[in-house]
Amino acid sequence: MTITTETHTYADLDRLMSLMTGDEKHGPAATSTLDVLWVLYDRVLNVAPQSMTEPGRDRFYLSKGHGPMAYYAVLAAKGFFPEAWLADWASYDSPLGHHPDRVLVPGVEISSGSLGHGLPLAVGTAIGLRAQGLDSRVVVLVGDAELDEGSNAEAVQLAGALGLDGLTVVVVDNASTSYHRPHVIAPRFEHEGWDAVVVDGRDHRALERSLSRRAAGRPDVVVAEVEGQ
Amino acid sequence: MSDPRQTFARTATELLDEDLSTALVYAEISGQYFRGAARRHPDRVVNVGIREQLLLNVGAGLALTGMRPIVHTFGSFLVERAFEQVKLGFSHQDVGGVLVGSGGSVDVSSGGRTHQSPGDVALIDTLPGWTVHVPGHADEVADSLRQAVADDGRHYVRVVGQQNGSAFPVRPGRMRVVRRGSGATVVAVGPMLDPVLAAVEGLDVTVLYANTARPFDSASLRAALGTDEVVLVEPYLAGTSSRIVAEALQDVPHRLLALGIGREELRRYGEPEQHLAAHGLDAAGLRGSIIGFLAASAA
Repeated sequence: MTITTETHTYADLDRLMSLMTGDEKHGPAATSTLDVLWVLYDRVLNVAPQSMTEPGRDRFYLSKGHGPMAYYAVLAAKGFFPEAWLADWASYDSPLGHHPDRVLVPGVEISSGSLGHGLPLAVGTAIGLRAQGLDSRVVVLVGDAELDEGSNAEAVQLAGALGLDGLTVVVVDNASTSYHRPHVIAPRFEHEGWDAVVVDGRDHRALERSLSRRAAGRPDVVVAEVEGQ
Repeated sequence: MSDPRQTFARTATELLDEDLSTALVYAEISGQYFRGAARRHPDRVVNVGIREQLLLNVGAGLALTGMRPIVHTFGSFLVERAFEQVKLGFSHQDVGGVLVGSGGSVDVSSGGRTHQSPGDVALIDTLPGWTVHVPGHADEVADSLRQAVADDGRHYVRVVGQQNGSAFPVRPGRMRVVRRGSGATVVAVGPMLDPVLAAVEGLDVTVLYANTARPFDSASLRAALGTDEVVLVEPYLAGTSSRIVAEALQDVPHRLLALGIGREELRRYGEPEQHLAAHGLDAAGLRGSIIGFLAASAA
């Protein structure tokens, strides 16, 4: 992996998020995706500012577009856009909104906010990469409550049926869905032919290991469990 | 004459054979036409099953990798059922694609409301920048599809069974004068041309033909104006293009009669021709409406 900006580390993310939130410390809800995002951009994805338009790059789709502070902090830390953009985020003149827009923000691969679109888009992207003989992958982050949206079921079924091994879903599971039942997410994917693993969503080594491996001939899901809301 | 839907399928298959960047995404419907293409191009001909939300976003996801998707099913499921996917998957992501909706307003007359999409163009029209093709002949279907796929923008191609006796070249955003008179100006869209020409026989009117509805050719409308009367005849929801005519003629006093499929649900089965007649879109119905409109201005 080639990263030009090595000036930022994981320890800087709290400060970068403070530029947006005004708070010195951030609770579990604001940071539920932070560790997954950091591990992906720091250790897993083959994408960097200088390669972000190359056809063979890895793609990351933030489907759960709500609460994008952690995402913006990681992208700024990795040099996709200047840190100075963070302070006036969500203002009229800022490219950074409460939901990310791929047309406005360098490094953002999909515009999200309405739930249940990222995974279906990623299925199309995985098909497109395969059709072009590209070995790169698409990793899509969804929330556990986002899986309420029925459009995800359509995508999970087709990806399993087509054996899209260029597709990885990471479910950040903070048990936030209203009708929560424990331990059902991974089996749902497995029933449709996916490779599934459940990890501690704060454990960087476990996240790196699970997000780096690709099951041959089938898509895979990493359920990253974090503290409940 | 060729069947428009089969012409779509044949042309799409040719494009898949010719251009490695194209992909076809469909949802079971029309699969019978694509068996050969699916065998030759298994990675680029994708049946998503009965999953229309996914249909649109798979197309958009393909476009995000630089491919040119042709996304097809009945218009009712393509545009109406999955409209947020049209809005966000294509427009908001700012990627291109070619949506091909079949069935239109009355093709599935015996199937009832579930398979009819008179509101498809009105819905697409809430989004900026889409080119809307309303071919009135099988040859125009092929012409439209080839142009849409060669472009990199967002296109909707409306393929229906009804067609005119002859085809005209497709020039997106350009209407053609098919008959010149000194009175009212009648705009016939897609398969409405032949019924319109029959309806205005003996009347001193100009007839413009549009086989693309967006962008709308305001310049040709202004140039053609004789009297202050404009008649719009569209094969989908009546009044879909009224706002554009109003914009085009903002500084010109005019009267507008907008004809098309009625807003009320017609709970009848039978043949497409019977549905067109019920909506006043056969030659007799059109003639009665147009003569009444012109008489009102003379009075």
